[in-house]
Amino acid sequence: MTPLAVLAGPASPADLVAARTQMALSLGWHIVFACLGVGMPALLLFTEWRAHRTGDAEYMRLARRWATAVGVLFAVGAVSGTILSFEMGLLWPGLMGVYGEVIGLPFAMEGIAFFIEAIFLGVYLYAWDRLSPRAHLLSGVPVMVAGVASAVFVVAANAWMNQPRGFDLENGRVTGVAPWAAVFNPAMPPQVLHMVIAAFMVSGFVTAGVYAVALLRGRRDRYHRLGFLVPFTVAAALSPVQVLAGDYAARFLADYQPTKLAAAEAVFPTGPNAPLHLGGLVIDGRLRYALEIPSGLSMLVGFSPGTVVQGLDRVAPADRPPISPVHLAFDTMVGIGMLLLLLSAWLALSWWRRRDLPASPWFLRIASVAGVLAVIAVEMGWVVTEVGRQPWIVYGTMRTFEAVNPAPGLWVGFAVVAVVYAFLTVAVVYVLRHVARTGHVAPQETEP
Amino acid sequence: MDSAQILLAVMWVGLTVYALLGGADFGGGVWDLLAGRSRSGMPQRRLIEHSIGPVWEANHVWLIFVLVVLWTGFPLAFASVMSTLYIPLTLAALGIIARGAAFAFRKASTELWQQRLFGGAFALSSVLTPFFLGTVAGGIASARVPPGLAAGDVVGSWLNPTSLLGGVLAVLVCAYLAAIYLCDDAARSRTPELAEGFRRRALVAAAVTGAVALGGIAVLHWDAPRLFSGLTHRALPLVVLSAVLGIASIVLLWLRRHLLVRAAAVLAVAAVMWGWPVAQYPAMLPPALTYREAAAAPVVTTTVLVVAGVGALLVLPSLVWLFLLQRRMPYDADASH
Repeated sequence: MTPLAVLAGPASPADLVAARTQMALSLGWHIVFACLGVGMPALLLFTEWRAHRTGDAEYMRLARRWATAVGVLFAVGAVSGTILSFEMGLLWPGLMGVYGEVIGLPFAMEGIAFFIEAIFLGVYLYAWDRLSPRAHLLSGVPVMVAGVASAVFVVAANAWMNQPRGFDLENGRVTGVAPWAAVFNPAMPPQVLHMVIAAFMVSGFVTAGVYAVALLRGRRDRYHRLGFLVPFTVAAALSPVQVLAGDYAARFLADYQPTKLAAAEAVFPTGPNAPLHLGGLVIDGRLRYALEIPSGLSMLVGFSPGTVVQGLDRVAPADRPPISPVHLAFDTMVGIGMLLLLLSAWLALSWWRRRDLPASPWFLRIASVAGVLAVIAVEMGWVVTEVGRQPWIVYGTMRTFEAVNPAPGLWVGFAVVAVVYAFLTVAVVYVLRHVARTGHVAPQETEP
Repeated sequence: MDSAQILLAVMWVGLTVYALLGGADFGGGVWDLLAGRSRSGMPQRRLIEHSIGPVWEANHVWLIFVLVVLWTGFPLAFASVMSTLYIPLTLAALGIIARGAAFAFRKASTELWQQRLFGGAFALSSVLTPFFLGTVAGGIASARVPPGLAAGDVVGSWLNPTSLLGGVLAVLVCAYLAAIYLCDDAARSRTPELAEGFRRRALVAAAVTGAVALGGIAVLHWDAPRLFSGLTHRALPLVVLSAVLGIASIVLLWLRRHLLVRAAAVLAVAAVMWGWPVAQYPAMLPPALTYREAAAAPVVTTTVLVVAGVGALLVLPSLVWLFLLQRRMPYDADASH
């Protein structure tokens, strides 16, 4: 293969920033719909299954309504995901030209999963009244499985950028490619676990949030209670699991990507008794205004204050990621995770003692924004993952500026893309509100 | 045959299927644009929505398949094409997002003004997306994309006679396929008026596409002599086959043999799609870069082939089921929206 680096001219700093911002915008936008695409089919199928088991018409109404929303969400998720596969080449041809063959396999498998998802969703949504209830329910199972599978494969590809495996480098040329070793890289298990759980939590909290608003407004009938309780219970049950999965992911960083953990926790000196910092800003190379828990990080990483934690002092300033954004994003994510855990415990306690939702209106008030909070937590998690890996696009191997498209004027493209996404955001919010309010059901799906 | 060669063929099968299925979905949008005023165009728009609705997302995945196979199997070609042609490809990507989102939004909205707004976005992006993808094909085929990162002219590589020909031809082919499929769909749904309308449109589209293709030969002779010589020598049988099938599709349309028209049109487009690579083989980015030089390590191409084979076993039967279900779901002209 021809080494591409020789042919590439340098991209201007403004174009590099434009490319990074465009990628962040497209990814950050897509991830919301991707989460719902992974989690919603399971909620939908559970509700439809309950409808058939219990004969409860309210379950069926919920399933029909959610199916309409899933139709819109999946379409938007599908096309916003397609843009990403374009952008991999449009913005980062230096990465794809050299490493495309190494990380292609998980994307190829993701493509197949996406195929299955699209085909069976077409069947599920459009042939509702043409299949027996049993066949219809079964036609949704591949959608659910393929949704989770595509999340696994895509996150595996991202994990490879954190822990690149499955190739050798000889004078800048890739040799000895081992595609499966690239897929099953060390970062894959913690990242996949954390992300798939996050997808289900986002789906649960977002869906429940819609009904929390309705309950707050006094529509306390069975339909709205079920619409709240089913998705909220799923998300609440996963909240403690996610704390453990997040802990696993952070502990993984301590061993494999200590610089990212040091940035997330804003720890500069290497050594034992590493403190846990809450909040704060890095000014002139040191953290200020942070709440400090002495030896907290050492305790979390190795269960003992004597655990040595590698700080940012071990890497040259040029090889460090931007610290304040990574640290604050990390704290925001963890803070929201804890809040959602408390909210879940509140429901569990109330259900255990009186088989009902907590009486305080504050429960529903917080629950109605839990979906938004969960989405923010996911976005912040991706900030930690992606910004925390900088200045590398492939950790320890290729710098981000080496990967960017050297063509002139990338910032113009970014401006156009930003405008399109702004319109799209307005439209998608408007249409989904419309679906939620009127429950408009397309003719193919009208209730008999 | 080595695994890179097989992968190249598999990728091209994917692109052909995308052109035949996804292309027709874009063509549906073209006819949506030309269906006239809100009230009088309503039946046509509803038939188009009915025909595209269940399948467009699955049809769209073929494009992703092609992109992924290209970057995995031929990373140098992918990086070169994407970096040099980033302007039309960014516009095509935005067209894809606008088309898909607007189509879904229109289906979920009830007010006329919303349906008009989203319908307009859907229809307009259905024209622009195939046009820009066609300019990309023209840029590659006329040897304007050299290997390397943004090594070609970022404007001239797609603003040139062959690219414009490619763009116009892509839109026309999409419209031609869509009119023929919609004519067949309408005939099967026993809506003769709609069927006649799309039959008329299909005849016009076939004639215009044929004329532009004929005129295009002159453009290629002057602007892309290498491609011209390939098309008139090695790929000549495919070019002639496509012309014959195209004419056959017009005759069959005249005779109202709708299913046979569908077959003739599909084969005519497929023949053209295969004429291009045959004309320039073994070059992948003409004039110099061959597919072999662009190919990934054999272990990669072999692994992707195995994964694609397993995937085909899962995907193809499901796809057939989806299309059968769709065919058994006739368009109901009386159903209220």
